[in-house]
Amino acid sequence: MTQVADWAGSNPIKENRSRLIGKAVDRYEGPLKVSGTAAYAHEVVPPSPPAYGVMVPSTIARGRILSVDLAAARAAPGVALAWSHFDVPEQAPRNVMLNFFQPLTTPAFEFDRVSYWGEQVAFVVADTLENATAAAALVKVDYEIEAPEVTFDPIGDEGEHPPGESDVQVGDFAAAFAAAPVRVDAVWRTPPQNHCTMEPCATTAWWEGDKLTVHASVQLVRKTQHGLAETLKIPPENVHLLTRYIGGGFGAKASWYEDLTLAALASREIGRPVKVAFTRQQMMHGTIHRPATRLHARLGATPDGKLTAMSLITQTHLGRVGNFVERGSNFSRPLYSAPNRLTGHRIFHLDLPVAGAMRAPGEGSGTLAFECAMDELAEKLGIDPLELRVINEPEVNPEDGRPFSSRQLTRCLREGAERFGWDKRVSVPGRVRDGRWTLGLGMATAIRGSSLLPAKASFTVDAEGVITVKQGMTDIGTGTYTVLGQIAAETMGVPLKSVRVEIGDSELPPAPGSGGQFGAATAGSACFEAGMNLRKAIVEIAVADPASPLYGGPSENVTFQDGIVAISNRSETIAELIRRNRPDGLTVEGEIKPAEDSGKWSTQTYGAHFVEVGIDTVTGEVRVRRMLGVFAAGRILNYKTARSQLTGGMIWGVGSALTEGNAFDPRYGSFINQDMAAYLVPVQADIGELDAIMLDEEDEKANPMGIKGVGELGISGAGAAVANAIYNACGVRVRDYPITPDKVLAGLMALGK
Amino acid sequence: MRTTITVNGEARALDLDTRTTLLDTLREHLGLPGTKKGCDHGQCGACTVLVNGVRINSCLSLAVMHDGDSVTTIEGIGTPEKLHPLQTAFLTEDAFQCGYCTPGQICSALGMLEEVKQNWPSQETADLTARITLTDDELRERMSGNICRCSAYPQIVAAIKSYAGGAA
Ligand code: FES
Ligand code: FES
Repeated sequence: MTQVADWAGSNPIKENRSRLIGKAVDRYEGPLKVSGTAAYAHEVVPPSPPAYGVMVPSTIARGRILSVDLAAARAAPGVALAWSHFDVPEQAPRNVMLNFFQPLTTPAFEFDRVSYWGEQVAFVVADTLENATAAAALVKVDYEIEAPEVTFDPIGDEGEHPPGESDVQVGDFAAAFAAAPVRVDAVWRTPPQNHCTMEPCATTAWWEGDKLTVHASVQLVRKTQHGLAETLKIPPENVHLLTRYIGGGFGAKASWYEDLTLAALASREIGRPVKVAFTRQQMMHGTIHRPATRLHARLGATPDGKLTAMSLITQTHLGRVGNFVERGSNFSRPLYSAPNRLTGHRIFHLDLPVAGAMRAPGEGSGTLAFECAMDELAEKLGIDPLELRVINEPEVNPEDGRPFSSRQLTRCLREGAERFGWDKRVSVPGRVRDGRWTLGLGMATAIRGSSLLPAKASFTVDAEGVITVKQGMTDIGTGTYTVLGQIAAETMGVPLKSVRVEIGDSELPPAPGSGGQFGAATAGSACFEAGMNLRKAIVEIAVADPASPLYGGPSENVTFQDGIVAISNRSETIAELIRRNRPDGLTVEGEIKPAEDSGKWSTQTYGAHFVEVGIDTVTGEVRVRRMLGVFAAGRILNYKTARSQLTGGMIWGVGSALTEGNAFDPRYGSFINQDMAAYLVPVQADIGELDAIMLDEEDEKANPMGIKGVGELGISGAGAAVANAIYNACGVRVRDYPITPDKVLAGLMALGK
Repeated sequence: MRTTITVNGEARALDLDTRTTLLDTLREHLGLPGTKKGCDHGQCGACTVLVNGVRINSCLSLAVMHDGDSVTTIEGIGTPEKLHPLQTAFLTEDAFQCGYCTPGQICSALGMLEEVKQNWPSQETADLTARITLTDDELRERMSGNICRCSAYPQIVAAIKSYAGGAA
């Protein structure tokens, strides 16, 4: 078994001789994306003209399907088939679980019961999209309607604990909080949020004999492939799943949906390729969402700012399907020192769509309360909010005493303060004006875990000296193609132009995919290992080949640079060596596994957000004028793509703070906002000057390359920094997100302004 | 219904269901899926194309409404081997992540720059008679019909500015 200590030595990535690691190179697949030639799942050209499938979602949240009348749909022009619960082909049940919270199988129309509004209940396939859409509108479903329970509004901290989970208690929180001279005790609410990936989920499927090819828009290649195979009750090797380009994921596509199952079933049934896409409206209910939370934060401190007690209790909701819990309290556990601690989660099962992971699940909600509670405490103490964080900086994980693998939070705070001009902040709210605008500054901490999962990859070198990376990994916009190419080039000592990257294919060596900020570290480490194995194989060939200048070794002195293998002044190109010895190329695999003792360290990524807002005191409108994030997240593979990930996350934070949120209609159990005109994600005009900076770091405990992830770190704390800036600008604390003008105005009126 | 549309400089004779949108015509009938479908309701801008040089949401328009029109899609702007300078700017500034909104952003930006050249005012324009200068605020306002959920907004501004600066 690997130990963390095994990763300590030098390696080609750490040496970074060609300076490719960290380099801000352009995206590998970029030319295809900017020219519209990257084919996303619905755009792949199948071997013969496809038919089009359109799904029909339920219009009730709870009840029984008495009958589904498909006659009119079936008789409509061009219709090839129509299905509902009563005639869909046999599939495996949904209860085959991938892990605790995620079903592996996705059978369509399994039950005659409806468990949420917008659950798919029927499906029509026709020769054209127009015919299928028209026919789908003719499907008549007769329901026995039951009144749905959809109201999530807990009073107090009640609720069921997630199965198998109890609160984490350290010391005696209740006594210490009661005794604390300075206290904050408040409740925040966050609404359900929708991922709104720009590309709706879609599948193109066709069969050749008993072999199925599916192009789908999914984050996890192997799991989706296996899930579909299980659902269809066929061997996984008969499912070839491809997902080369993905129009955004953010967690939504780490699950897979009925489009996949139905496209495969229908294509088998009618013997021609079938394309199925969600509509934007269907995406809102038919795929997962970030559930609402009620967050109760309590902080107790002594007058010098030292926290004596901290607590964060998150209450959230689940649907009747799925077990995902928005664990909004977890991130607070390693964050600040406090001898007495109480954190945990409570859940409510309601007749709502399936809750799931959305960019930084947990942090995305929890920081919106906890980092504002810190701001409120700082004010009560009369201490600068940034200094309050520094005062409570722990030396080891305050919950369990484990050392940090690396932690540069204080440096992020200090460096950000300096660059942003934090010293210009006036601590009394509402003192800085710019015409009709009142201005304020706010800050918050960012924290997000980092992990390493098992993964494999292969490297092939051909007679031209070109290295091809192959891995069943995905790029959801994160930059995977690009950073894997950089790792390959630097490990093998070849120029970037001599590297090809192939991912998004279930026939390639498996990697977990994209999600949970583990992608680059996990997939990248497997590639690094494959590269090291290929180096070894090349050295062996060279020193054993009498025709090679490297013949006879010594093997340990072989260097790789600029596509050349050398032992001091004896050298030849990799291409020449391979051409002579392996004219058909050479393929070598590599594998990464988490170190056996990695749990000895608390491994996180960190950052600090700084925001300036302007508030129109007449309308309550909030504008983010400036925003800066400073982050420490291990060695950065590519400063360009990493910065984009971080700024993207920060903008998600702005959305969480100001515009994004959905609500359930208590009568029907449906989301009120059912499209992108009503669900307000940030647009260009919402964002002012905004940048992200990364500190130098190498986390030797994380993996052999010392890298971590940045995909989710940017959103953590970003919304809280906006909320804190709003308070500083106008003296209004809105604890019910999003902070829309009506709430700001109500607050201003209450202050008599 | 018979319709002839000039797409990327080539006359294409079509005989389509009258319900077919311009967007689906491009994607499903003309083999030009570079134009994206994000919402199909005119809310996201992913489907932006240039019709006779003017940017529109192709999902809100039926093919039969465009008989005789000249449509430019992302495929007509540049190819991977020969990118348009604005496409190159998107690449260098990293003005996209997943890439799904990108063709719409690029078509929209080209249409927008033409509008500025013709002195079309926007919400941000203070003086309706003066020559418009493309400030950051003007640019952000004019590009707000193109949503980027990956939120590459600052990079998109940088890309358009670097292109517009170079082109001017
Ligand atoms: S697809 Fe046309 S605006 Fe969204
Ligand atoms: S690049 Fe993904 S939506 Fe813009």
